[in-house]
Amino acid sequence: MSVLIVGASAAGLSTLEALRRKGYQDKVTVLGAEWHPPYDRPPLSKQYLAGTWDEQKTRLRPDAVLSSLDAEFVLGDEAVGLDVVRRTVHTASGRDLQADSIVIATGLKARTLQELEGVHVLRTLDDAAALRKDLLEASRLVVVGDGVLGAEIAATARKMGLTVTMAGPQSTPLESQLGRTIGGLLTELHKQEGVQLRLGTAVTGLTENDGRVSDVELDNGDVLPADVVVVALGAAPVTDWLAGSGLTLDNGVVCDSRCQAGQGIYAVGDVARWHHEGLDSLLRLENRTNATEQAACVAANIVGDVQAYTPVPYFWTDQFDTKIQVHGLPSADAEVTVIEGSVEERRFVALYRRADRVVGVLGWNMPKQTRLRRQQHLVAAA
Amino acid sequence: MKIIIDQDKCVASGQCVTAAVDVFDQRDEDGIVVLLNDNPPDDLAADVHQAAAVCPALAIVVED
Repeated sequence: MSVLIVGASAAGLSTLEALRRKGYQDKVTVLGAEWHPPYDRPPLSKQYLAGTWDEQKTRLRPDAVLSSLDAEFVLGDEAVGLDVVRRTVHTASGRDLQADSIVIATGLKARTLQELEGVHVLRTLDDAAALRKDLLEASRLVVVGDGVLGAEIAATARKMGLTVTMAGPQSTPLESQLGRTIGGLLTELHKQEGVQLRLGTAVTGLTENDGRVSDVELDNGDVLPADVVVVALGAAPVTDWLAGSGLTLDNGVVCDSRCQAGQGIYAVGDVARWHHEGLDSLLRLENRTNATEQAACVAANIVGDVQAYTPVPYFWTDQFDTKIQVHGLPSADAEVTVIEGSVEERRFVALYRRADRVVGVLGWNMPKQTRLRRQQHLVAAA
Repeated sequence: MKIIIDQDKCVASGQCVTAAVDVFDQRDEDGIVVLLNDNPPDDLAADVHQAAAVCPALAIVVED
């Protein structure tokens, strides 16, 4: 038996660790497109960007722990093709890696607007390093995008002392995920902290001066001067290398309820779109906890402990001194009710209800209480 | 078994408490991890390893 894991970030490494925890002793190879040893992404927009953590602290595991996992890490080489029948992955450098089971953990690629000096995305450690370097010499940052990543970057840059503008099409930050009630509180938070918000207006383009970005243009005709621009308009699953492989690709690698995409082929993490039996629909999650939880399920299925993957989704975001925890699947059209704490004190737990069913639990500066409410409303109820 | 937690890395997800409620807790005020027992009995070893595995901040290290 042998396993090849394509992707050396949180989902890939967690799959390896879960295999070893389950007693799998055969050969495991981990192929990573980047040269860096596995690192964690959530700190990149926060502690690493702010300079409070160095590269070492973003590492998922120290070298000694990686060695103890007894796997072959092939880093700095990208998967470029998959032969499903021979279960072989072809790499950019010309390697052919064959295994009995293949785990696809290639994650996401950030969308960008155009290649210009001063224009950044934030997905990788190198992205974060380049952005930090630019921010240290800049005074005006425009964040294009009003989702989790954009809001976190805006908060970090503001704390670094920059003049920050966040621009995006929604009426509040995170509106599509959390709705206007909570989104409105995020608007207030960012305004209080001095972030300038240009929301409800799409970005139509960038202006350059000598190859470097100078302004961001909005669809209402306004122009925002910028030394640095971060594009945080989401990311797309990295599946281009699987084109023609025969696997079903549709907003990710489509899998059954056991995260299996084909005979002996699994997908895990941001790239995987699997059938969630509890919801009876395909779901793809882009969050840190999913990487670990789905990896445990994939490892179990590989070793023959067959199981469906039915998580209660969870993500968190830290912006300024506010910690937000989100369990379940809240949505913009759900009814929001505060059940503990108080909005005035900016410390509360809220339920999201749709058709009289609790679909999400959100905590604002109340992580412990939010977890307890999650157990009560999302786990026990299910 | 020895458990080391890193409160600086902790993101207050509480996953560890769900995995091993006799060993981990969260501070009421900010949800940061609290270690209830840094050398728990062996029958909790599986739960403790599970807690370390599911921590999304990798803030728990277990030394056997």
